[in-house]
Amino acid sequence: MRTRHIAAIVLRQVYLLRGSPTRVLPLFAWIAIDVMLWGFITRYLNAIASPGFDFVPAMLGAVLLWDFLSRVMQGVTMAFFEDVWSRNLLAIFASPLSRAEYVTGLVLTGICTSLLGLVVMLVLASLAFGLSFMSYGLAIVPALGVLFLFGIALGVAGSAMVLRLGPAAEWLIWPLPAVLSPFASVFYPISTLPTWMQPLSLALPPSHVFETLRAITKGGQADYGALLLALGLSLLYLGAAAAFFAHVHGVCIRNGLIARYSAESVT
Amino acid sequence: MTQITPFRPALIVQDLSKVFDNRTVVDRLSFVIAPGEIVGLVGLNGAGKTTTINMILGLLQPTSGFVAIDGVNLAHAREQAISQTNFSAVYAPLPGNLTVTQNLRIFGMIYDVPDLDRRIVDMVQMFDLARYRNTRCGLLSSGEQTRVSLAKALLNKPKLLLLDEPTASIDPSTADTIRGHIRDYAQQERGAVLWTSHNMYEVAAVCHRMMLLSRGQILIEGDPKTLPSEHGAASLEDLFIELAREPGEGASP
Repeated sequence: MRTRHIAAIVLRQVYLLRGSPTRVLPLFAWIAIDVMLWGFITRYLNAIASPGFDFVPAMLGAVLLWDFLSRVMQGVTMAFFEDVWSRNLLAIFASPLSRAEYVTGLVLTGICTSLLGLVVMLVLASLAFGLSFMSYGLAIVPALGVLFLFGIALGVAGSAMVLRLGPAAEWLIWPLPAVLSPFASVFYPISTLPTWMQPLSLALPPSHVFETLRAITKGGQADYGALLLALGLSLLYLGAAAAFFAHVHGVCIRNGLIARYSAESVT
Repeated sequence: MTQITPFRPALIVQDLSKVFDNRTVVDRLSFVIAPGEIVGLVGLNGAGKTTTINMILGLLQPTSGFVAIDGVNLAHAREQAISQTNFSAVYAPLPGNLTVTQNLRIFGMIYDVPDLDRRIVDMVQMFDLARYRNTRCGLLSSGEQTRVSLAKALLNKPKLLLLDEPTASIDPSTADTIRGHIRDYAQQERGAVLWTSHNMYEVAAVCHRMMLLSRGQILIEGDPKTLPSEHGAASLEDLFIELAREPGEGASP
């Protein structure tokens, strides 16, 4: 992989962000709204619930961490959608850029934009509601790593779906985190789920993260074994997503879908 | 006129075919382009010109056949082969939300252009884009956008330049200037050019050789200046119309 090629993909997004407040604002705006909304809800719950349990790390923390995963996914897919919207895929895929370089460029862009969002999230949640991710202890580091990797995997897989199905398929990608959230046990233990949902929940890396963080907020110990399992699962999903993108790209080259991408002629 | 010397071909296309759903769009096409040679690829709409270009660019996998760019097999070393090409097509505009300079910088990096700053300045001057260099491409006229696309296509001094109707939306004066730039490029840089066009005057003025494609096969091939007389036609356009109206010819459905 050539770093200059990857840098070109990242630079394209930097140019777009630099010249467009409408692209920069959503990096912070939705996060800020979520912090405010869930911050007040948790403050209210703390007021009416029996003393001894703090809803801030349990609920606001969970919301923000799930939000973080969504932002990572959207960071990757947004970078890809920019090429879809500007009909740039043909020029990109007819260039010496390799598939791996292109996807790496998208992922790096997603990492940069989501890190920006993470910083804003931490500052706002800490200043307004006293939430500190450090209250989770050192477990927050692998937890963020798992959410990062799984968010990237979702972003790459979502981009592949849009590449295969055409521009209109982006509306299938945006709600992906919302569709997964009931299975990911963001707000409740896996045991709350009906039996048929539990294996699906256990197959999702974020479930293990939220299960561990919930245990910590209740005064328990971090389950590093579960976090390690989640890390392994995330890497597995990331590899699968990269393979899926490569497969879809190969199908598009065989069928000529890239050359007539806007026709959305799924064959 | 450019002197064409025997050399490793810039492009070898051999027995190239593409079949979509049992419909043969390109049928065992074979041709070679030498460095410095400008070859016109003409034909009715649907004759297989763009499909051929897409296969040469690696955007479409051939059903069978072989493409080599500057001696490199496209199927075996895609990135290496494609790094020796570039293209401009009316259906592949550069992103309208980036400025001329930004687009040229990004594609210059992707095509590994050395001394990129200098090259961008040269391209901007060559295509008379200096006053638009900080203008977003989407705000330019279609003719200006075509010039930016051509500037991008020449950024890496490709050994094979693919142009799909490059002057389709350009006024006659600018089109003439652009034809001059492409001729100079072929002569000075020894770049090979595959040029599709529906403008027979243009093909006669620029191309050393032309191939008339019909139903994915080469119907006739030769020097566009002498082809009409060889086939008893008054002009290249008359020859094209005559051949297109022959029974059994015409665009594929």
